[in-house]
Amino acid sequence: MARFDSLLASLGGTPLVGLPALSPSADVRLWAKLEDRNPTGSIKDRPAVAMVEAAEAEGRLRPGCTVLEPTSGNTGISLAMVCKLKGYRLICVMPENTSLERRQLLEMYGAEIRFSAAAGGSNEAVAVAKKLAADNPDWVMLYQYGNPANAQSHYDTTGPEILADCPTITHFVGGLGTTGTLMGVGRFLREHAPGVKIIAAEPRYGELVYGLRNLDEGFVPELYDASILDGRFSVGPLDALRRTRELVEREGIFAGISTGAILHAALGQARKCVQAGERADIVLVVCDGGWKYLSTGAYGGTLEEAAAGLEGQLWA
Amino acid sequence: MAIEARIPTILRNYTDGEKAVEGSGQTLADLFVDLDSRYAGIRARLVGDDGSLQRFVNVYLNDEDVRFLGGVETPLSDGDVVTILPAVAGG
Repeated sequence: MARFDSLLASLGGTPLVGLPALSPSADVRLWAKLEDRNPTGSIKDRPAVAMVEAAEAEGRLRPGCTVLEPTSGNTGISLAMVCKLKGYRLICVMPENTSLERRQLLEMYGAEIRFSAAAGGSNEAVAVAKKLAADNPDWVMLYQYGNPANAQSHYDTTGPEILADCPTITHFVGGLGTTGTLMGVGRFLREHAPGVKIIAAEPRYGELVYGLRNLDEGFVPELYDASILDGRFSVGPLDALRRTRELVEREGIFAGISTGAILHAALGQARKCVQAGERADIVLVVCDGGWKYLSTGAYGGTLEEAAAGLEGQLWA
Repeated sequence: MAIEARIPTILRNYTDGEKAVEGSGQTLADLFVDLDSRYAGIRARLVGDDGSLQRFVNVYLNDEDVRFLGGVETPLSDGDVVTILPAVAGG
């Protein structure tokens, strides 16, 4: 079915495409779920719509409300579109060290941006948003880091789609940010396809982003349940960029940089399977397209130049 | 046996500003004791009284989160890289 009553109704149902050039063998295959094929171009459309609809159903969101959200970009963009269509005012708290395109898209959809300091990354954005929420009790903070509707959207949609399209799945590799995708898909797969390994690729940023004032400012998303994961890998910008470029060059897929990090972890897992002589169907997430990262230089110049350009940036 | 321990900015006051230091140990727990012998006080920032990892500290062995290996009992080998980072969320 390719006809829907409106844009929001077309959410999800994204294609799963094989990666014949990057898959190491006929027995160890990689599959990419193209989440850029969503209404605003990222996987965040799923949790954004789910969180808004849940808040409406609970009576927390009513016409004329103001929505507040800490976001490094994609969730804000998704929410901005949904809020625009539903008539809510949206204020995003976003770290200042994010790409220009994210800012442009948010403004295009009519969202207001409050920038948080680069040091501390999303931790700082969350802290600033929590303070704003406390000072403005009539605003509605959906709070993607702790909102069960985030993980639930992936349990309800992303996970089932993956299993339906790849019933022989052996591994799922997703990006770890709010942890919503991994928690939701992970929980679903553990229940319906036990034995599938759930692997997290965690972007590793430059020192500036980890520049907390003290360790007590550390933050673990409330959604996170480590028992859902089988492994968690830290991936730096050089590896993420290298894989993002390989995805373009060898499979023709133009994805964002977090996808490169995910692919890196997936290829590492694939190598282990080959060495162990085990068959594998590894499903990985393409979180978004590369469009909003073009200005970062990620897709041109040398790899080292591109990595240097990402230093200090919240690149995922 | 030489292990490279990468120290986050927030703990470099213990290592005189050094971002990477060398240490040794059969396990991560041993490594932390070894580091503490030269950089007094650093161990207490990494593990609690019960010896387990502090909540807002993440440790990676060759880029893999040790909480999915053996935690503080994770065995180490010569040439391993242990990266210590504060818990910072993405998204």
